[in-house]
Amino acid sequence: MDLQLIMAAGIAVGTILLFAAVGEILAERAGVINLGVEGMMLIGAVVGYATAVSTGNAWLGVAGAMLAGGLLSLLHAIVTITLRADQVVSGLALTFLGTGLARVLGEGLSKAGAISLLPRFSVPLLSDIPVLGPIAFTEQSILVYVGYLLVPATWYWINRTRPGLHLRSVGEEPAAADALGVSVYATRYRYVFIGGMLSGLAGATITLAVQPGWFGALTVNGRGWIAVGLVIFAQWSPFRAAAGAYLFGAVVQLTLAMQLPPTILGLANPFFQYHANTFFLEMLPYALVLVALVVGSRDAMRKRIGAPAALGIPYVRGERGR
Amino acid sequence: MTTLRGGVPFSLRLEPRLEVSRWLSPALTAGALVVALVISGLILGMVGADPIRVYLHIVGSSLGSVGAISDTLVKSTPLILTGLACALAFRMRLWNIGAEGQLLLGAWAASAVVLVPLVPVGTPGIIVLAMMLVAGFLGGAAWGLIPGILRAKFGVNEIIATLMLNSIAFAWIQYWVFGPWTEGGFQMSEQFPTEAWLPRLSDLADAIPALRGLTVHGGFLIALAAAVVVWLVVERSAWGYEIRLIGDSPRAAKYAGIRIARNILLVFAVSGGLAGIAGMAEVAGVVHRLQDNFSPGYGYTAIIVAYLAKFNPLRVVPVAILFGALILAGREIQPSGVPGMIQGIILFCLIASEVFLRFRVLIVHRQPVAAVAGVEE
Repeated sequence: MDLQLIMAAGIAVGTILLFAAVGEILAERAGVINLGVEGMMLIGAVVGYATAVSTGNAWLGVAGAMLAGGLLSLLHAIVTITLRADQVVSGLALTFLGTGLARVLGEGLSKAGAISLLPRFSVPLLSDIPVLGPIAFTEQSILVYVGYLLVPATWYWINRTRPGLHLRSVGEEPAAADALGVSVYATRYRYVFIGGMLSGLAGATITLAVQPGWFGALTVNGRGWIAVGLVIFAQWSPFRAAAGAYLFGAVVQLTLAMQLPPTILGLANPFFQYHANTFFLEMLPYALVLVALVVGSRDAMRKRIGAPAALGIPYVRGERGR
Repeated sequence: MTTLRGGVPFSLRLEPRLEVSRWLSPALTAGALVVALVISGLILGMVGADPIRVYLHIVGSSLGSVGAISDTLVKSTPLILTGLACALAFRMRLWNIGAEGQLLLGAWAASAVVLVPLVPVGTPGIIVLAMMLVAGFLGGAAWGLIPGILRAKFGVNEIIATLMLNSIAFAWIQYWVFGPWTEGGFQMSEQFPTEAWLPRLSDLADAIPALRGLTVHGGFLIALAAAVVVWLVVERSAWGYEIRLIGDSPRAAKYAGIRIARNILLVFAVSGGLAGIAGMAEVAGVVHRLQDNFSPGYGYTAIIVAYLAKFNPLRVVPVAILFGALILAGREIQPSGVPGMIQGIILFCLIASEVFLRFRVLIVHRQPVAAVAGVEE
């Protein structure tokens, strides 16, 4: 087992979760929970892949994936923001719809053969840093580097800019924001759409960069839900979300690598000796999310920080309270 | 700030409805179903399928003959039980999305009765089946208690927790059918002895030849009984009143002295137990062994079933039969994602239609003055 390779692959896999989690953070900071991440990622994955197959251009695939994810999220926006339906149920419906639609659109796509993927490269100078260089800056997909830039940029946008202030105010005190002339509805629509685009990008990251190919619903395989869980663990902070995403990616890669060698540290490898034991390795990432949720939820309760105050509550102008 | 309303010459205004006429809710549900089928048809047409043929196929292969109806009831049995599991939890606004995992654990526990075995060989069928039923309930209840405890003690979001537990349950089943219980290396256990088979209608074929080949099994009766019991509990018992009060107004429930944490645990346990019985009925009534992939996502479809039934346990039964038909027919429909897509569109149309139940939707034509004001925003 080469730990360096495992970590490098973990960062690539974590980038998928990173995009989806940052998108969900933006939507939730505006006060809208979108549980449709899984469906939007699948739509992004299939549209991105299909576009790249038919045009031969992976970048067009990325654009198509983001547009498709954004368009699907608008359904959620209309139903929850304008029609004030329950955000939880609408998000579940979006996942059903996205999953089914993606499987319909992806019919026959798994036999598409090799396609041109997004470029990979090493960053000069940075890749020479000991330990970190070979893990984070060597032969990674360009989307991994986009992820590095997106996290601080999103943090800066939310916490240090005027539109970011509006975003936070809409999620915490929509009535006050409205009184100050910030359009609550438009702001929520905008960030739900951006969240959808990032979920679409997360899907395209799978099919066009990290794990190319179309395998039906297994392409995303529940990672949209893991991203939603990460947001809670991250307490709506992009940096914590990134740390969680990369850590999760590394654990997943580690569980895969542990199935291969006949011995680990001189001991007989139980996962090699008896294949059925590997199913316990498969449980590990999900159990890790549960532990992360417990830690995140307890932390949030202890520090009295947590979800945006208006999260999940439809805004109605002129109604008392929120 | 630019607003989305900028270019549109009218806007929508929602006014709360003060009274709702009786026919409105069922009419909206029916309307939403029709709209959903039209939208699905349009999408099917766009990807090159013939929507009319798809729909005719669904009706024909699920209701076209006595045998088809019987098969539909078989598919609807786990949907009724998992639908009840969801309806009970949702009524308290507990989003138990984990019926699938609880179904799997129920199936596993019921199988353990026969495969470990927990009863000596030769035990009469009625005792074996009763033990499997109890084991199925307990297995599902235990799996449901985990997110219940996480939610009640640690404030963990139950949606994510139950989804993670679904994935863990699936791997758990795979471990047993690939490992300790495998039959010759295939991903299934050995077949149960016939004492552990729920009786089927076709078992009576010697006496009544018309029943030959009918696969409806005793699990359907268990499901119907469960629907009545859950309805009685929710609508007619003191505990049911607590559940409904917490669901409608958690704050009022708290002031009324209702112990919310305790109810979270109880509801999650019973909800999981109902899903666990669904798993028991599948292994004892349909597959007669434990294998992976015996559930095509009953626990997820159950979410839509519960929602379409408006969380009413008695209404879960007809809705589950409708979706049983969709799942039965869906097995042969290409592309394979069609049934899932239709389910998603139905759910979307349903929640969108509810706005008409709660509000009167008015179209307001905007005055030029208003448009200027809009720009100033």
